[in-house]
Amino acid sequence: MPLLQVKNLEVSFALRNGSVKALQDINFSVERGDRIGIVGESGAGKSVLGFSILNLISRPGSITNGEVLFEGRNLANLPAEELRNIRGNRISMIFQDPMMTLNPVLTIGTQMIECLKAHRQITDENARKIAIQKLQQVYIPSPETRLDQYPHELSGGMRQRIVIAISLLMDPEIIIADEPTTALDVTIQAEIMELILELCERNDVALIMITHDLGVISQITKQLFVMYAGRIIEQGPTKEIINDAQHPYTQGLINALPQMTVRGERLQQIRGSMPSLNDSLTGCAFNPRCDHAEDICTETLPSYTASGGCKVACHLVEKMKNQEVLS
Amino acid sequence: MLAFLIKRLIQAVVVMFVISIISFSIQDNLGDPLRELVGQSVSEAERELLRDKLGLNDSFLVQYVRFAGKALQGDLGNSYFFKKPALEVILAKLPATLDLVFGATLIIVFLSIPLGVFSALKPQSIFSKLIMGLSTVGISIPVFLTAICLIYIFAIELSWAPAFGRGDTGSFLGLWDTSFLTIDGLSHLILPCITLASIMLPLFIRLIRSEMLEVLQSEYVRFAWAKGLSPSRIHYIHALKNTMLPVITVGGVQIGTMVAYTILTETVFQWPGMGFLFLEAVNRVDTPLIVAYMIVVGGIFILVNTIVDLIYGLVNPTVKLIRSK
Ligand SMILES: Nc1ncnc2c1ncn2[C@@H]1O[C@H](COP(=O)(O)OP(=O)(O)OP(=O)(O)O)[C@@H](O)[C@H]1O
Ligand SMILES: [Mg+2]
Repeated sequence: MPLLQVKNLEVSFALRNGSVKALQDINFSVERGDRIGIVGESGAGKSVLGFSILNLISRPGSITNGEVLFEGRNLANLPAEELRNIRGNRISMIFQDPMMTLNPVLTIGTQMIECLKAHRQITDENARKIAIQKLQQVYIPSPETRLDQYPHELSGGMRQRIVIAISLLMDPEIIIADEPTTALDVTIQAEIMELILELCERNDVALIMITHDLGVISQITKQLFVMYAGRIIEQGPTKEIINDAQHPYTQGLINALPQMTVRGERLQQIRGSMPSLNDSLTGCAFNPRCDHAEDICTETLPSYTASGGCKVACHLVEKMKNQEVLS
Repeated sequence: MLAFLIKRLIQAVVVMFVISIISFSIQDNLGDPLRELVGQSVSEAERELLRDKLGLNDSFLVQYVRFAGKALQGDLGNSYFFKKPALEVILAKLPATLDLVFGATLIIVFLSIPLGVFSALKPQSIFSKLIMGLSTVGISIPVFLTAICLIYIFAIELSWAPAFGRGDTGSFLGLWDTSFLTIDGLSHLILPCITLASIMLPLFIRLIRSEMLEVLQSEYVRFAWAKGLSPSRIHYIHALKNTMLPVITVGGVQIGTMVAYTILTETVFQWPGMGFLFLEAVNRVDTPLIVAYMIVVGGIFILVNTIVDLIYGLVNPTVKLIRSK
């Protein structure tokens, strides 16, 4: 049994003009110590996916179908008490923007100690010790003084380190990192990524790394899931996808990477933008932007085609492959 | 801290200066004080003499400087009616008014926070909808109507509480006479305090509700859930504290404004406070009293705002007034 298994997950938001499906048919599993990546452009549903694993989708959204099985228990309909025992304890999450993640009116110490106290019987003194120890693990200088400081007294990078320390407090099995570096200075982005990687490796924690940066993900993860408009459109070993993407969208993402562009040439980009989820689109959601789109693409939703170690949701995979061989 | 107090002091000086100019100009335009001072029988020549003596014929500027100079020494002139220093007359009525404001503030604080928080936490419940409905109605009912209804129901029909006057007062440390110290005084406080509170209560409930709803949507509250904290910890430690920050700021201003609303309440309930006195003073064109009232109310405003800022600084760690680092 995998540590975490997401099955047919569907998340909808009930909006005034009907409901919007932010996630559909999401399937993947995570083993102990695994590192998987989830990529996709803004609005693809990456954060919604991260939150829905912890059943943290709040109104007007809800999990409308499917299961999130953690050690066989379905988090999507677990009683609140039991869910609380898992959140922050067995599975923890690092949020996108460290400037907004910490409560501005509580000290760092309070925000760390309360987490320990929520999950186990522990004295303030011992909780403080553990907090200091975790702050040291994320290389925060003079951790004792940090505990009595408020978030605004610390820099963004420092705050994200603290969020990482909080996520490690209870030695979880899984950490979900939702674009942990996008809000940070470029200079410290790599540092934070390395830190997360190092800590996951050292503690044998499974990592679900959400990002829109393919460059980062290729160095960190083994499995990759590419999301587009609420669906996974390509999945497989990271190396394989990076080297030989099958889905036109993934190809576009890779070609848009700066290092893929020859010096002096214009950066490539995927034309158009992702459709809004409440647009009623039939067929493949990518078809309006796809250079290869044919009639079938606008008519029916593609199912997965196996291609090497990967699964690709595209009608034209076979065809494009053949063309490649011919040319 | 020192810098804060100095800043406040400068602000206070500016505000008081503006108030003094306004009140002094009103003085000039509020009819002829001589008519109040002397009877009809005095001849025009004698009146002119009196005007000269009182300095009423000097230029605006000269009169203002004279007025301000005296005001700085605490002399705002004698009330024409009471023939006593205006400031003294006003300050004698201050405790009664502050009783009202204090009582109403207590009611507001102890009702608006639980009701606002509840309606934010359970927006779909029937009770929340009732709270919101009533507060909408509450905002649109004029004060005097509330007062009259309360008097009719609770004083006349049910005779549960007296409808006018201040009742017995007790002395607080020998400095201050307050109705809060006697049973009779408390019973007299009930209806006027409810009336005064009713003006602001709906506003505060709505403010707390909307702030809380916003805070509940914030990332740090979501992160608190992701940490596996209990709902009560998230609601009352993480969310409530952040909700109260803007409420404290608005609250300070509103409580200051409430002092002005006491004019109506005191009149309806015949409450012997400053507001009641002020209205009488207006009727009698007792200008020194009017001016003294405005200046005292301005002073209260500044004081309340300063206290509120201090409290805000205590609650909000990002504002450093007192904590020196
Ligand atoms: N509170 C909400 N109300 C309505 N729709 C929502 C809400 N939250 C998310 N959605 C829908 O879900 C979609 C995916 O949002 P999500 O935040 O997961 O994107 P993302 O992939 O994380 O993007 P980004 O890279 O910008 O973080 C949005 O486009 C939106 O349509
Ligand atoms: Mg996101």
